[in-house]
Amino acid sequence: MAHADEAAVFNKDEAKVDWHDKALWFVRQKRDKSAHNVKGWENLRDLASAIKANVLSNLDGYLLQFEENAQKNGVTVHWAADAEEHNKIVHSILAKHDVKKVVKSKSMLTEECHLNPYLESHDIEVIDTDLGERIVQLAQEPPSHIVLPAIHKRKEEVDVLFQEHLGTKPCNGDPQYLTSEARKHLRDKFLKADAAITGVNFAVADTGGFVVCTNEGNADMGAHLAKVHIACMGMEKLIPQEKHLGVFLRLLARSATGQPITTYSSHFNKPEPGKEMHIVIVDNGRTEQLSREDFRASLHCIRCGACMNTCPIYRRSGGHSYKATIPGPIGSILSPGIDLKKHSSLPFASTLCGSCSDVCPVKINIHEQLYKWRQVIVKDVPQPVVKKTVLKIAGSVLANSKMYSFVGKSSRFMLKHAPRFLIYSKLNAWGKARDLPEVKNENFDEWYKKRKKNE
Amino acid sequence: MKVGLFIPCYINQLYPQVGIATLEVLEKLGVEVVYPTGQTCCGQPLGNSGYEDDSKGICQLFVENFKEFDYIVGPSGSCVYHVKKHFDILEQTEEVIRVRKNTYELCQFIYEVLGKTDLGASFPYKVGIHKSCHGLRGLRLGSCSERMDDHYSTEESLLKEVKGLELKTLNRVDECCGFGGTFSVFEEAISVKMGKDRIQDHLDSDVEVVTGADHSCLMHLEGLINRNKQPLKVMHIAEILNSSI
Ligand code: SF4
Repeated sequence: MAHADEAAVFNKDEAKVDWHDKALWFVRQKRDKSAHNVKGWENLRDLASAIKANVLSNLDGYLLQFEENAQKNGVTVHWAADAEEHNKIVHSILAKHDVKKVVKSKSMLTEECHLNPYLESHDIEVIDTDLGERIVQLAQEPPSHIVLPAIHKRKEEVDVLFQEHLGTKPCNGDPQYLTSEARKHLRDKFLKADAAITGVNFAVADTGGFVVCTNEGNADMGAHLAKVHIACMGMEKLIPQEKHLGVFLRLLARSATGQPITTYSSHFNKPEPGKEMHIVIVDNGRTEQLSREDFRASLHCIRCGACMNTCPIYRRSGGHSYKATIPGPIGSILSPGIDLKKHSSLPFASTLCGSCSDVCPVKINIHEQLYKWRQVIVKDVPQPVVKKTVLKIAGSVLANSKMYSFVGKSSRFMLKHAPRFLIYSKLNAWGKARDLPEVKNENFDEWYKKRKKNE
Repeated sequence: MKVGLFIPCYINQLYPQVGIATLEVLEKLGVEVVYPTGQTCCGQPLGNSGYEDDSKGICQLFVENFKEFDYIVGPSGSCVYHVKKHFDILEQTEEVIRVRKNTYELCQFIYEVLGKTDLGASFPYKVGIHKSCHGLRGLRLGSCSERMDDHYSTEESLLKEVKGLELKTLNRVDECCGFGGTFSVFEEAISVKMGKDRIQDHLDSDVEVVTGADHSCLMHLEGLINRNKQPLKVMHIAEILNSSI
C-alpha cells in the first residue's frame, strides 16, 4: 500500500492521531529548549555538516585508517558488502563460539539487515535490550521510530503485552511497575547471554575506537558481561578524530530528545583480556548512494530522529505507514535509493515544508532531496495515467498564454455553474472535507483590462 | 523603478480581490506597476509533482513576460520561491538570472526593497498569521522555530503598524497547514488533518481573521473553515495592508 493509503487507515482513529502528534511534538519542543541553551547552535550544525562532508569525500582513506587502528587495538574488523554478508559474518562469529543466546542493544543497521530473523532461523535467541525495542520485539512489530521504537504504543498497550509475555500483573499502564518488571526480565537475559551485539554511533578513524550512545546503559551491560562483543556499523558512521565527538555528542542527544547528552556515551577501544571484540563494517547500498550527487548528503545522518519528531506528516501518519526500516523524512530519501519502485510513494509523503532540513543537526537538505527524488520517480516508475496526463497537459496549456486564458475561463465557468453533486463527487479528493473557493464574476485579467480601458 | 506584477494563476482565476489589493498597495507606495497580461503560472505544480522537465516552457514564458522589469512582485511566497529556487532547470542566461534575482514576495519587497513598514492601513480585528512554509523556510521571510536565530518576521513587522490590529500568538507558530499542492489531494487524509489542527490553533488563540502571504495555504484552510462553518475569516495579507476600515 502507498503511504497515503496507510496514512488514511491511521487517521481513522483521530484521537490516536492527536495523541501521537502531541507525544512527538513534546519531544520536538524539548529539543528546541535544549538547543536554545547552546550558544552557537547553528555554528555547531555547520561544523557537523562540514565534518560529515569531509568524511564522505575521503571515506576510503578514513575507513582504512579506522581498520588499521582498530586492528592495532586487538579488534577484528570485518567487511560486508550487503545485508546478507553482514548476517553471515555475525552468525559465523557466533557459531565459532557456539553461542545460543545473544543480547542486542539498539542498532538500526541490524534492523535494516533483518539480522534477528536470520539468527533465529539458526536457532539463536536474540533479545533486544533497549526497552522500546524489546516492546516492539514482543509485539512482533518493527520499530516505528529510530530513537523511540515503541512511540506508537500507549502504556496501557504495553501493560497488556507484558502480561502476556512477561507474566506481569495488570497495572493500568503504571510505567514504574512496567519498567521495573522489564528490568528484571532483561537482567536475566543479560546474565545468560553468550555474546552481545551493539550498534555504533561514531567510529573514530584516528583511534580505531567507537562510541555507542544509550540512555539505559544496555549496550555496556551486554558488552561487559558477554565474552564476545560484535559491533555492527554502516560505513558512513566515521568521524576523523576523537575531538570531533565534541561536536556530535552535543548535537545528537539534544536533537533526539532534548537531553544535553545521552545518559551513557560508551567508548569502546579494545577487548578486555580473554574476550573478543569484532566490528562489522557494512555497505549495503551506501556506496551507491554516495555516488548519487543529489542524494549523497543523506549519508550525513546521525540517526537522531529529530526530522521525524518535527515532521507534521510523520506525526500524523505514524512510523509504520512508511513501510521502511527508517521512517519519516530521512527514510523517505534513503529508501528510494534501496528500492525505487517499492518506496516510490515516500518522496510524495511530504508538503516540502522544509522543517526537517532546518531541524537536522547535520544540515541534510532533506526536503530538496525529496523534490529531486520526485523528478527521478516520475521518469523511472510508471505513474497513474490520470495524474500524468493532467500534469503533462497543464505543462503545455500553461506555456501558452492564449490557451491558458481559454481554459482558465471555462474552468471557472464550470466551477460556478456545475451542480454541486458533480463538483463534490467521489473523484474530487479536495471536496471530501473542504469547500471549493467561491467563484467571483471576473478574474483578475478581466478586471485589469477593464480598469485600463477606463483610465 | 518599474515593477512587473506577478499574479499566480490560482489568484488570477479564483481570488481576483487579492490581485487587486496587491496592485493597490504597491500603487499607494508610489511604485509604477505593470501587469503583463500574457502571464500564466510559475510551473510549481508540475515541479512539485515531479514533472519539472515538462514545465520548462512555462518557466521560459515567465521569463519572457517579466524580463524587462526592475522587480517582479507577487502575493504568493511559494510561487516566488519556485522562481528563485527551481528556475535552475532553464539555461542560465543573463535574463533568467536577472528575473530570478529580482522576483520578490510582496511583503519582502515592501520591507526589504522599499524599506517601509507603515502603509497607513487600519484593520480593527484579532489576527493570526499563517506563516507559509515556502515563504518562511524558503524565502526566509522570518525566523523559523527550528533554528536558533534571533526572532524576526516580515509579516509581523508590517502588521504591527496596522491601526487597530491585534496580533495573536499561536501555540505552534509555524507548523505547516498541509496544503502542499498536489499533496492536498493525493494525501487527502493527512492534508485535511493538518489543516484542521492549524485552524484549531487559531481558534484556541482567540483569532478572528487568519492571514498570510500565500493564498494557496489560505485556500486550503478556508475550504475547511467553510465546510465546518467555523467562526474564522480568511484574508490575504495584501487585503489587510490595503484596508482602511
Ligand atoms: S536526517 Fe538529520 S534530523 Fe533526521 S535522523 Fe538524520 S541526523 Fe537526525
